[in-house]
Amino acid sequence: MNLKRREALRLTAVIGLMAATGLISHAEAAEWNKAAFDGKSLDDVLKSLGGSSASKSTAVTINAPDIAENGAVVPVGVTTTLPKTQQIAILVEKNPSALAAQFLLTADSEPFVASRVKMGQTSNVHALVKADGKWYVTTKEVKVTLGGCGG
Amino acid sequence: MADPMRVRAQENGGVVDVKVLMKHDMETGQRKDAAGKTIPAHHITTITATCKGKQVFEAQFGPAVSKDPFLNFKFKGGAKGDTVSITWVDNKNDKRTDEAKIS
Repeated sequence: MNLKRREALRLTAVIGLMAATGLISHAEAAEWNKAAFDGKSLDDVLKSLGGSSASKSTAVTINAPDIAENGAVVPVGVTTTLPKTQQIAILVEKNPSALAAQFLLTADSEPFVASRVKMGQTSNVHALVKADGKWYVTTKEVKVTLGGCGG
Repeated sequence: MADPMRVRAQENGGVVDVKVLMKHDMETGQRKDAAGKTIPAHHITTITATCKGKQVFEAQFGPAVSKDPFLNFKFKGGAKGDTVSITWVDNKNDKRTDEAKIS
């Protein structure tokens, strides 16, 4: 019997329990996901966030302009009617790194977020939503007349 | 030292609508200065919101979020007069916490 392994298992169980009971706050448990923010494509990001595939869904809505005059400030909002939404991520396909921001929702959160992102050029904007353990995606193209990088 | 952020929280029908305007450069790490050197990335990484000692929302930002970020989210379970507290941390470990009363 490998004692060290037992010990490690036990510790993991204890930490898991502490997180579940709220002894460790969620804030300390969730680290900034560097791998996801380095991802170059939708698939990269999805993988780093722990999903394998996302199905297209009409239950996810992106509120963004069709044409953004200033790429440095593009308002993007995401809402969904999916029950048990756990996570929302905003991705800009043609940016140097696709993921712009991700939001971790709690049981008390409403499935709605809005923020502003930078866009280097005209590109598809994806909204990834994790609800009840499954990933969903909706895409919208936003045309940018003035780039957000360097300008 | 980080500048204060503006936080507004409004309760309507049991749902609290929180709007936050943070003051931050959000440098992407892609831009170059006049001398051609890359300006290092400096951006907010994590934002947490708590109400009555309980975390209600968390956001992780990459460098692609606009300068002076705006964030809007909603949560249930807050009442008028409660305090919502917002904290951000950037990639240089600078921090800032501001509070607002729900109205």
